[in-house]
Amino acid sequence: MTGNPFLQALAWLAEAAHWSGPSGIPMRTLEHLGYTALGVFVAALIAVPLGLLVGHTGVGKSVAIASAGAARALPTLGLVTLFALLLGIGLTAPLLAFVVLAVPSLLAGAYSAVESADPATVDAARAQGMTEWQILTKVEIPLGVPLIVGGFRGATVQVVATAMLAAYVGNGGLGRYIFLGLTSQDYPQMIAGSLLVIALALLLDLALLLLQRVTAPRGAKTA
Amino acid sequence: MSWVLENLDLIAARTGSHLLQALPPILVALALSLPLAKLANSQGWLRTGVTTTSGLLYAIPSLPLFVLLPGIIGTSVRSPLNIAIALSLYGLALMVPAASDAFRSVSRDVLSSATAQGYAPTARFFQVELPLAGPVLLAGVRVVAVSTISLVTVGGVLGVPSLGMLFVDGFRRGIIAEIAAGVVLTAVLAVLTDALLVLLGRALMPWTRQRSVRRP
Repeated sequence: MTGNPFLQALAWLAEAAHWSGPSGIPMRTLEHLGYTALGVFVAALIAVPLGLLVGHTGVGKSVAIASAGAARALPTLGLVTLFALLLGIGLTAPLLAFVVLAVPSLLAGAYSAVESADPATVDAARAQGMTEWQILTKVEIPLGVPLIVGGFRGATVQVVATAMLAAYVGNGGLGRYIFLGLTSQDYPQMIAGSLLVIALALLLDLALLLLQRVTAPRGAKTA
Repeated sequence: MSWVLENLDLIAARTGSHLLQALPPILVALALSLPLAKLANSQGWLRTGVTTTSGLLYAIPSLPLFVLLPGIIGTSVRSPLNIAIALSLYGLALMVPAASDAFRSVSRDVLSSATAQGYAPTARFFQVELPLAGPVLLAGVRVVAVSTISLVTVGGVLGVPSLGMLFVDGFRRGIIAEIAAGVVLTAVLAVLTDALLVLLGRALMPWTRQRSVRRP
C-alpha cells in the first residue's frame, strides 16, 4: 500500500461498514467503556473505603504509599497475559488486572484527600463535639473531594490503556483494531484504532479534570 | 520454574535489551526537562500550559502512541528508536512538571544572595540553583525511571525485544513461568534502579543524608 497512512486511516474511519454490527466502532467503544467502568468501579469498592480509613486513622500509611509506588513498577501487559493464562480466556482475567492497577491510584487519592484536611480544622470539628464518623463525612471528605476525583482520574487513565491489552487476550474493546491490524499488516487500521483509543482516553481525562474543578468546595484552596 | 533455568541466556538477553531501551529515554527526559522547566517557570501562563499538556500527554495510552509515532516521524513500528522516542515523551510528561516544582522550591533570597556574591548567571545555575533543586529533581527522576522500565514491556506486543517479549511468547505458548519471570524481573529492575538513584542522590547531595527534606 502506498500513500499517507494517516489519510488511509481516516478513510478507514469514514467507511460506513466500520460503524455498524458487533465489531463496529460504536460497539467496540461501548465495550471499552464498559471494561473501564467495571474495572474502576470494582477497584473503588476496595480502595476508597480503605484509603479513607488509612487517611483518617493514619494506620497503614507507609503500606499505602509503598503500594502506589510498587504498582507503577508492575508491567500491565505482564499482568494481563499472566492472569489470562491462570484464569483462562474471558473477562475475569483482564478485570483482575484492571483492579490491581487501579487500586493504588484510588487508594492514594482517598488517603491524601483525608490527610490534606487542615489539622486545625479537624480539631475544631472535634472540639465542637463531632463524632469521628461526622468528622470524616462532613469535614474531611467534602474538603478532599477533588483529590478523590483525582484518584479516579489516574485510575481511569491506567485502565483505559490496559483495557486495550484485553483485546490481546481475546476480548473486545478498541484494542481489537490495533491487534487485527498488527496481525494482518494493516497499518491504517492500527492507526485508526489508536486514534480512537487516544480520543477516548483524552475525553475521559478531560471530563474527570472538569469534575475535579467542579467538586472543589468553594473557599477551600484547590489541590 | 524449569523453563526459567533452561532459558537463562534468553532471559539475560531480554533483560539487557530492556535496560538499553529504558536508559536513554530516562536520560533524555531529565536533560530536556531542565531547560523546558526553566522556560515554563519564566511565565505564569506558560507554566499552566506546560503542566496541562504534560497531564494530557501522560493520559495517552502507550501502545497507540507506539503505533502512531512511526507515521509521524518515519521510523518503523518495530524500531527501538520509535519506542525510545515515545518513552522520552512520557518521561518528559512526568519530568517537566517535577523539574518546574524543583526550581520553584529554591528560595529566591538564596538566588539573590548568590548574585550579590558575584555569581554569573551560568555559574549560579550550576553551583547554586541546580544543587538546591536536586532533591525534588531526584524524586521526579525516580518516578520517570520506574514508569519507563515498566512501559518498555509494551513494545513486546509489537515485536521489539525486551522483557515484554517474555509475556508475548509465554502467552502464545502457554508458559506461566515465562510470564511470571518477566513480571518479576521488570519489577526487580525498577526497584534496583530506584535504589541506585537513591544512593546516587545521597552521594551527589550529601547534605540531604542527615535530615529528610521537610517543608512546613
